Amino acid sequence: MNEPLLTLTNVEKHFPQSNGFLKPAAAPVRAVNGISFSIAEGETTALVGESGCGKSTAAKLITSAITPSAGKITLRTRDGNILDVGSLRGRARKALWRDVQLIFQDPFSSLNPRMTVKQIIAEPLRNFDIAHGQEATDLVADLMDRVGLQPGTMSRYPHAFSGGQRQRIGIARALAVKPRLVVGDEPVSALDVSVAAQILNLFQSLKKDLGLTYLLITHDLSVVRHSADRVAVMYLGNIVEENTTAALFKSPRHPYTQALLSAVPSQDNQDKPRIVLTGEVASARNIPTGCPFHPRCAYATDVCRLTAPTFEQLPTGGRVACHTPLEFMP
Amino acid sequence: MSNALSHESAALKAYAEASGWRLGWAKFRRHKLAVVSLYIVGLLYLLAIFAEFFSPYDYSDINRRHVLAPPQAVYVVDASGQFTWPHVRALKGQRDPVTRRLNYIEDPENTFPVRLFAPSKPYKMWGFIPLETRFIGVSTPNRQASIFLLGTDSLGRDVLSRIFHGARISLSIGLVGVALSFVIGIILGGMSGYFGGWVDTIVQRTIDLLQSLPTIPLWMGLAAAVPPGQDPLVTYFMITVILSIIGWTGIARVVRGRFLALREEDFVLAARFSGASEMRIILRHMVPSFASHIIASLTLSIPEMILAETALSFLGLGLQPPAVSWGVLLKDAQSLQVISQAPWLLVPGLAVVITVLAFNFLGDGLRDASDPYGKV
Repeated sequence: MNEPLLTLTNVEKHFPQSNGFLKPAAAPVRAVNGISFSIAEGETTALVGESGCGKSTAAKLITSAITPSAGKITLRTRDGNILDVGSLRGRARKALWRDVQLIFQDPFSSLNPRMTVKQIIAEPLRNFDIAHGQEATDLVADLMDRVGLQPGTMSRYPHAFSGGQRQRIGIARALAVKPRLVVGDEPVSALDVSVAAQILNLFQSLKKDLGLTYLLITHDLSVVRHSADRVAVMYLGNIVEENTTAALFKSPRHPYTQALLSAVPSQDNQDKPRIVLTGEVASARNIPTGCPFHPRCAYATDVCRLTAPTFEQLPTGGRVACHTPLEFMP
Repeated sequence: MSNALSHESAALKAYAEASGWRLGWAKFRRHKLAVVSLYIVGLLYLLAIFAEFFSPYDYSDINRRHVLAPPQAVYVVDASGQFTWPHVRALKGQRDPVTRRLNYIEDPENTFPVRLFAPSKPYKMWGFIPLETRFIGVSTPNRQASIFLLGTDSLGRDVLSRIFHGARISLSIGLVGVALSFVIGIILGGMSGYFGGWVDTIVQRTIDLLQSLPTIPLWMGLAAAVPPGQDPLVTYFMITVILSIIGWTGIARVVRGRFLALREEDFVLAARFSGASEMRIILRHMVPSFASHIIASLTLSIPEMILAETALSFLGLGLQPPAVSWGVLLKDAQSLQVISQAPWLLVPGLAVVITVLAFNFLGDGLRDASDPYGKV
């Protein structure tokens, strides 16, 4: 197996809370609480979890929009060097964005309404000194063609495009720098199901043509099953289980993964009972002791309440952090 | 293939390729009151710029035979009931035997036709272009001939001419004051919104402090600090500075608010990922998005400046005669006696009302148009 493109080692991101003048500071929000995983080149990894589990914070950390409080994020560059993403500043940080690009969730707020499509897509070409003038125009036309937009519409403004088309514009902008890792932060959750499917198919074909590596941040397990090679499941700032998509969907080992999967409507689990979790997700300011999932877990024991579980390697190639993992179902 | 494109109508293409400014203009035009106000404001500035030409008289011409003369009507029907060329009637002064007050009666026999582009005494436009024609006047160079469409003041000076000349100061003080406020406001507001933290706290608390000061006593104090007997031009700039000391706070708040809102927009983060420098993010990605908001709020703060200047001059703290502004003119109408005997001296107040309303409607229209992507 080749060396991973991106590696996260015990990455934490805590947001300090201030209540304002003369008030005691509240406990920090521990959005990401020590996650480790790696992404191999050419793979599509999905990071799933419910709202507030820290998956979008992880996306921002990886794209260096914010810096980690602790831990290390490393990226293997084109020439084989190892780049410490978390410590980048200024020019070096800008250079990172030639390798790592983000696709936003909201296709409306992510495009500047006062710039034409051509200006939007040409912006990275200009700023990274990739192409100028006619050369840039030709590249924009190529990119638009590649993402399924008509190059003839490049002088239009975003208001003339639908949500799906706008998302394609955002993809073209991200691809302009020929990145190696594309992070999609809920890239299709704002779109209709049929449009979302088209965009996911576009991701697949772009990956094949351009040799991209994806990290898909999503809460939608059908998206995961459709596109991802590997899945990491997050709960309250921690990764609880990680495996290949096939193995994870076939036999979830963590009770939380099991509950998530049972909520996906599907042809084959119609007669299986749905696992409904009780209680609410705990606040990221006040994470439960022991296993963060124990207050909602049907299998929790005293050990779970006291000590945090460590990862156990699974024979299927994945790992799970649980004191009482579920039975493997071949 | 491009045939899908060719099927689309030209109108759709025009809409698709319309910039934010174009969409905003289309939205502005739907606001009828604002469009009318735009014309009125344009007309007012035209009158102010070419005040010498549009005034029937020089603003300082003293007319001893017509002191406190009432407005003269323009007649289109002569004494015998026939339609004629528009004309004014001569005014004859008569002293009231009891009160000794001078009353004016119109003489229907002695009429003077009103002329456009009438010849006049030589005068100088803007102080250096010699002209001998005025927009409106009476043709006969007769000592009795007069056209005081809005009456005269206590020295027999034509009120209409004085309003036109007063517009120069009153309308420009709004622009100059707003320009000054704009410079201070955009720098401090921009810093406040962009840097945040303690810079933001200091600027915002300063604004709170300035806005909590009672304005009239503050103006009085500052105006008292301006040495009297200065060149009117110096006084004029001092007044604009005094008005801007309060005026910048509103603009600073608007700029800060837009910065804070835009900083969180995804497209600003996207610009950063696209390798744009901080300077480029501000100038290329953020400023175009809030320039129209700034223009709208500037327009809305012009009438405040005009009203403030009027109030200052009315109280005798602003400009002093012989300079003319609407506030200075209204100062003549301070006593009840004058108002009861010569109500036309209040007409400059009407000019203020029309101007302030026009600017407010215009500002409303611009504000609606400033976000052409929002829901209607």
